[in-house]
Amino acid sequence: MEYFIQQLVNGITLGSIYGLIAIGYTMVYGIIGMINFAHGDIFMIGAFVALISFIIFGLTGVALPIILLLVLLIAMIFTACYGWTVEKLAYKPLRGSFRLAPLISALGMSIVLQNYVQVAQGARVKPMQPLFSGGLEFFKNSEFIVTVSYLQIFIVVLTIILMGIFTYLITKTDLGRAQRACEQDRTMTALLGINVDRTISITFIIGSSLASVAGMMFVLYYGVIDFYIGFLAGIKAFTAAVLGGIGSLPGAMLGGLLIGLIETMWSGYVSIEYKDVAAFSVLIVVLIFFPTGFLGKPDIEKV
Amino acid sequence: MLKISNVETFYGKIQALRGVDIDVNDGEIVSLIGSNGAGKSTLLMTISGVNKARNGNITFNGEKIENRDPHKIVDLGICQVPEGRRIFSRLTVEENLRLGAYTNEQGKHFETDIKEVYDLFPVLSDRKTQRGGTLSGGEQQMLAIGRALMSKPKVLLLDEPSLGIAPKLVNQIFASIKNINKEKNVTIFLVEQNAKKALELADRAYVLVNGKVTIMGSGQELLKNKDIQAAYLEGGTKN
Ligand SMILES: Nc1ncnc2c1ncn2[C@@H]1O[C@H](COP(=O)(O)OP(=O)(O)O)[C@@H](O)[C@H]1O
Ligand SMILES: [Mg+2]
Repeated sequence: MEYFIQQLVNGITLGSIYGLIAIGYTMVYGIIGMINFAHGDIFMIGAFVALISFIIFGLTGVALPIILLLVLLIAMIFTACYGWTVEKLAYKPLRGSFRLAPLISALGMSIVLQNYVQVAQGARVKPMQPLFSGGLEFFKNSEFIVTVSYLQIFIVVLTIILMGIFTYLITKTDLGRAQRACEQDRTMTALLGINVDRTISITFIIGSSLASVAGMMFVLYYGVIDFYIGFLAGIKAFTAAVLGGIGSLPGAMLGGLLIGLIETMWSGYVSIEYKDVAAFSVLIVVLIFFPTGFLGKPDIEKV
Repeated sequence: MLKISNVETFYGKIQALRGVDIDVNDGEIVSLIGSNGAGKSTLLMTISGVNKARNGNITFNGEKIENRDPHKIVDLGICQVPEGRRIFSRLTVEENLRLGAYTNEQGKHFETDIKEVYDLFPVLSDRKTQRGGTLSGGEQQMLAIGRALMSKPKVLLLDEPSLGIAPKLVNQIFASIKNINKEKNVTIFLVEQNAKKALELADRAYVLVNGKVTIMGSGQELLKNKDIQAAYLEGGTKN
């Protein structure tokens, strides 16, 4: 039982990271109907920016909360610029072209970003000193002590805060309404005086910023990164988005959580070796019974 | 006010508009009638900047507008209610209206604007928290018109507002179009296949055939025109 709770805590932490990345996939899919294969690499760049900033600030001896805040902001800003540029360079010129074109462009962009980081930062894994230590311990009297580290608390709380802000943004603000309108009918949205290109750009900026936060969390949680982390994390977050129902924002959060849990439970109870396969197998089974994912919405259209 | 001169629009190699000339003056209701495929929607989409005119020009109060993006056209005060209404079905009625106000939403201003729309179409007020997709066709048309009014347009372009709507509601919608024109001083450019209703309402009207204007005159003149009666009014129309 205690072991189960420990895996649950680990799963929720991991799920938070996947969920934050998954939102970027689902938002972009929702608004322009394409899978942004470069999104995983945007996450990877976020992780690198975070790592470099941590090292730089680590030398200054500033207090940890301030460092975290600064790194968070820097990672978000840098990564948002990357996301914005990728959209302008690789996707916008192809809008209105055949459906496969932006997908191919996205794959190309993914390779470009990976190679760029590989060349700029080297191919070796980059380690980082742990910044957080300690945690809360539960069930001390039993034989297995459940530990919730301060880092895990930080990750989950930050995710909840960001999801809260993000949900407010989408459901209550002008920008969020414009995004939901673009998802349904871009021409009509433009006919109401809304700048559709700008709305799409902002979508990439938001998705990329959230991915960079996930990148920062990844650096802190695993302590090592390389230029290739975006591939696997990206595929899993994409799986999460599909599992939850691609295009659905609560679905992305739910899917992220599920993938995180499946991965840790599988590692904990079955074998650590096939944890990635487990996540994808569950996806296939779910899609057989829920073709649009758990929270995917068939359109309510009435003429 | 709105001046369309010799406009030609293509879809790839297919020419949909073959040199259209139409003037819409301030305060008027101008109707454009024509059968299916004549190019009416293409013309409205060209004015709105969704389709680009390959030749000719369009001016609004003397300003050339034919190469502007759709959202900039709305900023100028030209708003379209497109064919098929295109309500955001997953958004609520009120969210649809808020989107219409995107270009000029300023605090209190919004509250008075939305109240005007609810006064014009009280049914929308009853349905404001419902999703757009759950409304009937007629209610959706009212929502589409209300949504366009939220942008405070100087000219309203209406594409077949009577299409697929129960006759009783059609009368109500035409009455409100007249009201919008007279009470709110919005110039109307109305595109219709329902020729009789459109001509009765119009100060002036044009007939579009195969991407070209063939007849123009006052609404009354066109109602009496033998050719128009034969082609668009007798039997052929649904009232
Ligand atoms: N997206 C499109 N691609 C190609 N041809 C089109 C398209 N839309 C309309 N057309 C053609 O342009 C002509 C005018 O269409 P349209 O403007 O929709 O007419 P109307 O609104 O008067 O019924 C028709 O011949 C139609 O087939
Ligand atoms: Mg039409």
